Amino acid sequence: MSRARLTRPTRTPAPTTTAAAAAAVALALVATACGSAETPAGTDTEAGITIFNTEPENPLVPGNTTEVGGSRVLDPLFTGLVEYRAQDAQPVNAMAESIDTADSQLFTVKLKQGWLFHDGTPVTADSFVDAWNWTAYGPNATQGASFFSQVEGFDAVHPADPDGADGPQEPPAPTAETMSGLEVVDDHTFTITLSEPFAVFPVTIGYEVFSPLPKAFFADRAAFEANPIGNGPFKYVSRAVGADIKLTRYDDYKGADKPKFKDLTLKVYQSRESAYADLVSNNLDFMEELPPNALAGKQYETDLGDRVVQRETLNNQTIAFPFYLEPYDNADLRRAISMAIDREEITERIFEGTRKPADGWAHPLMKGYRPGQCGENCTYDPDKAKEALARSGYTGEIVLLTNTDGGHQEWAEAVVNSIKNTLGVEARLVPSTSLGEFRQNVNAHKMTGMYRAGWIADYPSIENWLTPLFRTGASSNDGLYSNPAFDAKLAEADRAPSEEAAIELYLEAERMLAADLPSIPLWTQNTIAGRSDRLKVADLDPFRTLDLYSVEVA
Amino acid sequence: MGRYVLRRVLQVVPVFLGTTFLIYALVWAVPGDPFEGKCGERDCPASYVSMMRERFNLDDPLPLQYWKYLVNLVQGDFGVTSSGVQVIDRLAAAFPVTLRLALVAVLVEAVIGITAGVVSGLRERGFLDSLVLVSTLFLISVPVFVTGYVVQLVFGLQLGWIAPTVTTPTFGNLVVPGFVLASLSMAYVARLARASIAENRRADYVRTALAKGLPTRRVVGVHLLRNSLIPVVTFLGTDLGAFLGGAIVTEGIFNVPGVGGLVFRSILTKDGAMVTGVVTVLVLVYLLMTLLVDLLYAVLDPRIRYD
Amino acid sequence: MTDRLAPPLTGPERPRGLFGDAWHALRRRPLFWVSVSLIALVLLMAAFPGLFASGDPNAADLSRSRGAPSAAAWFGYDNQGYDIYTRVVHGARASVVVGVLATAGVVLVGAGAGMLAGFYGGWLDAVVSRIADVFVGVPFVLGAIVILTTLNAGGDAGPARIVAQVVLSISVLSWPVAMRIMRSTAIAAKQQDYVKAARALGASSARIIGKHLLPNTVAPVLVYSTIALGAFIGAEATLSYLGIGLRQPVVSWGVMINSAKDYLRVAPHALLFPAGFLTATVLAFVMLGDAVREALDPKLR
Repeated sequence: MSRARLTRPTRTPAPTTTAAAAAAVALALVATACGSAETPAGTDTEAGITIFNTEPENPLVPGNTTEVGGSRVLDPLFTGLVEYRAQDAQPVNAMAESIDTADSQLFTVKLKQGWLFHDGTPVTADSFVDAWNWTAYGPNATQGASFFSQVEGFDAVHPADPDGADGPQEPPAPTAETMSGLEVVDDHTFTITLSEPFAVFPVTIGYEVFSPLPKAFFADRAAFEANPIGNGPFKYVSRAVGADIKLTRYDDYKGADKPKFKDLTLKVYQSRESAYADLVSNNLDFMEELPPNALAGKQYETDLGDRVVQRETLNNQTIAFPFYLEPYDNADLRRAISMAIDREEITERIFEGTRKPADGWAHPLMKGYRPGQCGENCTYDPDKAKEALARSGYTGEIVLLTNTDGGHQEWAEAVVNSIKNTLGVEARLVPSTSLGEFRQNVNAHKMTGMYRAGWIADYPSIENWLTPLFRTGASSNDGLYSNPAFDAKLAEADRAPSEEAAIELYLEAERMLAADLPSIPLWTQNTIAGRSDRLKVADLDPFRTLDLYSVEVA
Repeated sequence: MGRYVLRRVLQVVPVFLGTTFLIYALVWAVPGDPFEGKCGERDCPASYVSMMRERFNLDDPLPLQYWKYLVNLVQGDFGVTSSGVQVIDRLAAAFPVTLRLALVAVLVEAVIGITAGVVSGLRERGFLDSLVLVSTLFLISVPVFVTGYVVQLVFGLQLGWIAPTVTTPTFGNLVVPGFVLASLSMAYVARLARASIAENRRADYVRTALAKGLPTRRVVGVHLLRNSLIPVVTFLGTDLGAFLGGAIVTEGIFNVPGVGGLVFRSILTKDGAMVTGVVTVLVLVYLLMTLLVDLLYAVLDPRIRYD
Repeated sequence: MTDRLAPPLTGPERPRGLFGDAWHALRRRPLFWVSVSLIALVLLMAAFPGLFASGDPNAADLSRSRGAPSAAAWFGYDNQGYDIYTRVVHGARASVVVGVLATAGVVLVGAGAGMLAGFYGGWLDAVVSRIADVFVGVPFVLGAIVILTTLNAGGDAGPARIVAQVVLSISVLSWPVAMRIMRSTAIAAKQQDYVKAARALGASSARIIGKHLLPNTVAPVLVYSTIALGAFIGAEATLSYLGIGLRQPVVSWGVMINSAKDYLRVAPHALLFPAGFLTATVLAFVMLGDAVREALDPKLR
């Protein structure tokens, strides 16, 4: 997961909930109380900072970029309806005054008044509705289009290509330009109708794809891409392609939190190693996720001392199985493999303790998390592993595929060796140099063995660690796992009368995965980041990025 | 001379077409779709993939794709990367940096290489000569990435004498990466200069000059050096052409924002337009450099006449 | 380093012949013997790694991760807990195989094309030369990366295919050098009297090439191929270091350096031993080439 936020899933219309759970989830939006922006003494509020970035891979339009190099730029430029609190990832209203629903299908959004885009034009209901319609519209061919697939009328603006993208046939022309599910009530009110009830919907829209766009974007897209105009705490200054992007504080920002420094430079690095070298010598103010050469032997402790920043972040590492490929559809074999991996040793030796062995599929930071959900199947036990292997009747070679561009080579090799040493069978690592190539084969169901998979939470709910990944036909269920009993349990949970009851049912569903092991939970991450001497405070948020509001420059 | 230049220029055309077609075919004819992996750990919307395929003419047969690319190229249009940036803009930003690095490297290798070569050539079989011979052999045998890491580690991180990476690519900041880049060629220059000096030392014109009673200093400085350095100068010229395209490893280690890193990342992210664009320019530069070197050779060495 | 004891240069009808003469000169040079013994040692390692290290190069034990050199493990252990000594010994094979095969490919294709182009001249020469220009125009590392990423896109590949890909990309990008060397030697040689005489006597082109030209033009290519062999071993390491050359499950010095580079500061021995073997091997071939060149080149004597 070299590109952090890449892992946000597309949602198929499959996950549905009924009205009952709606109230609970919609109200889970914590009232905005993010602490006021008083500035502690001794902080240089006019300072500029430089942080690590990679070259954005897509045009700088919120609906059209989903990779982290672009996200780091767009995140500070735009403020959506809700934002996730840095402390605990709980969603809080940002531009939304309120998001109300009675049936989890029709949501009424009221916007805060007086907000302006950086070009001085007001942010209105139209800014959201037009932006969302533009992103979803098929011919605009955005990367983020499918995030709107639950909105009523999505199929009319974005008809499916009958023979896939590579096929010769053109997709049918859209029969509408706007989604029927979006309706502007007045300047600061609009409604969203989903094609089916989905209670967690308001929690999911903190992602940049749901950002508003100013009139200027629709007038001249090219000019906007060259000079993006947002409504966030920072405004765009300049970009030297391949070198850096400069932002500066937007002083008329209406949000509750205000940045405590002025200029933000996102410097493009070709490698994490060279960025780290700059961080050590204080030429770079912040980078999240230090490179392997810094983590090796806890080198970063010597290099950075008290400049190390760390926190447990909302991501995990798993090994997924292709259920379309023998012998990986054999549950005993999956169990044998899982019990043959010495998670303790690998997290200790390879990760120097920056990973924590996982004992289930839901992340420990989730509300309602219950330890030990995977039970003995995720515990290293050579004898039981060998027994399970014997039961499976498989004696051939076990293959693990991974991309190696995000520092995955070392642990994957250790996992393969652990399997090989424990089970006494041949095990082989097949590395792939780029994530793109790797994901392409994953998405196309062309894996020739088990493969690395990771997940970053979109929103803090156990549901997010189960439904998108393991429900039959779900968007990120790319191993094609299917268990009707599990699906039924999820559906029951979606309909639960209260959040507590829902959590209980989701936990039951998670428990059902332990028998099947559709993927092997490996570990969760304690992200190690670093700051320069100049920064008094710089915190990570649970999504593995710098919490810009926390930054204080000495 | 004029006809020779014309013939050489005409020769450049098929080579240029061949090289660019080769790269174009390799980059775009890769099995699999370069855009399907763009949306991370989930599928890209089909509409996005179709639009990108359309934009890069991927549904046309390969020769037609190349022809369309070429037609644009001739009109000065290098195309747009998949991130929507003009290829030419990125080139314009990266190329001067690489050029600067290459110039620094050539300067370093010229100064050190020629000095070492001349000294050892004049003191043939002496201690200095043996030292130069052994150290050049060693330099030739150490891969550049080993030199790069060791220099960065020792001088950058442990001794703190240099900034471990290049923050702004000024000439001064590029000395260390330039030195690393030049280390291999430096050895070749030294050996070339030594061989050339050793050969020319026994030439009749040197004996004549000495017999005339000219001071040794003048004989060496004017007669010997001038004639001996012709092959060295042409080697340096070709090397400059090679540096402009071959600094991927060095640029990566020191984070120099040049063409090498740009093209390496573009290959890994399958940004075909960027790769073909950069390689096209590199090939052009290389071909022009070799042409220039050949002509320079003729100018420097009166014995060579082209017709 | 000329050999003053060598007999003065005489005509082509010397009794000993070029190679006999070269051998005479070579065997007095210590550098030659040093490099030959080094090369013999490496070749022996590549052919029979079991003679030097009895362990399994792929046996990893994380509990001994990054262990320092000791009596039990002379070169210590790397990050995965592989025995570095065993792996260095076994790594010789892949490195040498890539070097030898790539050199063979380059020499066969390049020298063959160069001989034909030089001998026949005309349009054949023009075409071959232009094709060679096309491949020379692409910078080596860049070209290799493009070719290898294209080939790697196939995904799951066995050891033979991984090695073949690297050999292929090195050969494809390097044959023009051998071609140019052979071409210019052939052009010079075919104007010699003995070729003209043979032709006047009615010898066929094939006979002239095989019987007269080849023995008289092989020296420069031989020198080149010795140095190239070392250079290609280095090139393999560079490509593997970039993560696109050899890779698991193949063990080579480049692969070892690639996996050790991140741990340079905490386990330098994991990088230094393979890098040392790599450098020494390349050095041996370069030294040999250097010595052979001097011995074969009358001008340098």
